Amino acid sequence: MNRVVVTGLGAVTPLGHTVADYWAGLKQGASGFGPITLAVTPAALSQKIAAEVKDFEPLKYFDDREISTLDRVSQFAVVAAREAIAQAGITFDMPLSLRTATIIGTGAGGQTTLDDSFRRVYQEQKTRVFPLTIPKLMVNAPASQISMHCGLRGPAFVVVSACASATHAIGVALQMVRSGAVDCAVTGGTEACITFGTVRGWEAMRVMAPDTCRPFSRDRKGLILGEGAAMLVLEPLERARARGAQILGEIVGFGMSADAADLTAPDLGGMSRAMEGALIDAKLTAQDIQYVNAHGTGTAANDSAETKALHQVFGEHARKLAVSSTKSIIGHALGAAGALELVATLLAMRDGIVPPTIGYLGPDPACDLDYVPNEARALTIDAAISNSFAFGGLNAVLAVKKFS
Amino acid sequence: MSDVTSDVIAIIAKKKRVDKPNVELSDRLEELGLESLDAVEMIFDLEEKFDIEIPYNANTNSRTEFDTVGDVVKAIQQLVDKKS
Repeated sequence: MNRVVVTGLGAVTPLGHTVADYWAGLKQGASGFGPITLAVTPAALSQKIAAEVKDFEPLKYFDDREISTLDRVSQFAVVAAREAIAQAGITFDMPLSLRTATIIGTGAGGQTTLDDSFRRVYQEQKTRVFPLTIPKLMVNAPASQISMHCGLRGPAFVVVSACASATHAIGVALQMVRSGAVDCAVTGGTEACITFGTVRGWEAMRVMAPDTCRPFSRDRKGLILGEGAAMLVLEPLERARARGAQILGEIVGFGMSADAADLTAPDLGGMSRAMEGALIDAKLTAQDIQYVNAHGTGTAANDSAETKALHQVFGEHARKLAVSSTKSIIGHALGAAGALELVATLLAMRDGIVPPTIGYLGPDPACDLDYVPNEARALTIDAAISNSFAFGGLNAVLAVKKFS
Repeated sequence: MSDVTSDVIAIIAKKKRVDKPNVELSDRLEELGLESLDAVEMIFDLEEKFDIEIPYNANTNSRTEFDTVGDVVKAIQQLVDKKS
């Protein structure tokens, strides 16, 4: 079994379009939230706030011809993958290209294309839609586009599990590199879900906060939608060492579970089993972990259930953990969230700085852990976990360790 | 019983998960077994029925304004009155 290390990171986020911008914003506790501009008629929406990727100009990254084939969700994916591959310093020549996997998570796929098409046919009563509507909106498009743009010819597919998609995708990539099924993987998640139709759907769930996202805080009012992408390059340790690559951290464990209970309500058992699974897979004990990048959506139900699950899995040690929610800063990017949060976790570990949970007003009796409120904190992290718990009761947790 | 009251009771009766023959104004939604998704679906049915918009956030409202069936009737009546 190979040890699996991360040698490249890429990100397109509401805080900027590179990992450096993203990490700088997270450390500052800058807010990624702002008025919704991407929906066709934002004024008609009740929800006014989201965490959009601002000032993203596709022409900076693609030519006209390419843009006509790429939904926003695939644009984010390719831009983040290119950054990760550039940092890793890998050229995908033969035969490595054949031995490199592209495993990408997305929750909703090409929502912008879908929304545009529906508007044309239902509202404008047009008789035809754009010719590439289907290959742009197909949920596998981000994996296909990364494989084409980056020349990756190994196993490639998209993993879908709503808000846990990216974490499941990275976990599958981890297993493939670990087992030797592939020699390298480009993996992560992408989402571009801020369209009129999608926001309307989330409004109907009645779980969004009108103002801001305050995970684990008293008076929290729910989640805020986000978007973006994050990608990682995974390699076997031996390969990374042999080529003298910079190693950003080691992915050591992956745990998964299904609640088999409620469609939307979180389940203590499912959350706990996924965390325990990740620790067992990583051969780590609860006491080995210093930092938890929480799922932390900011809903009443998730944050109290996740807190209980942390108590259950970590026992007394739970009170010593630093627990923070990146969603307080960049919102909930659904199928991209797990990747954006794993990048945050790896950088927190590399730099010894825990990004804060911003918007925190004070303790809720149901949330009684250390959530690193409002300000980043210096902390030596040897090992950490990143949690993702999806609607539909699908849970995935990754464990990482500082490389030494 | 006003129209609003009987309509609200009919909608809630459809969502309840306990074996109780009559839904009464004093019944608490929680006691009727309405889970969070049921409440969201109930709100949708009420909005569609009365053509109103009910400000409801599952993170906060569930704990306060909509405790009993009577609370729901009162809130709907106010929104219907405001509309006319």
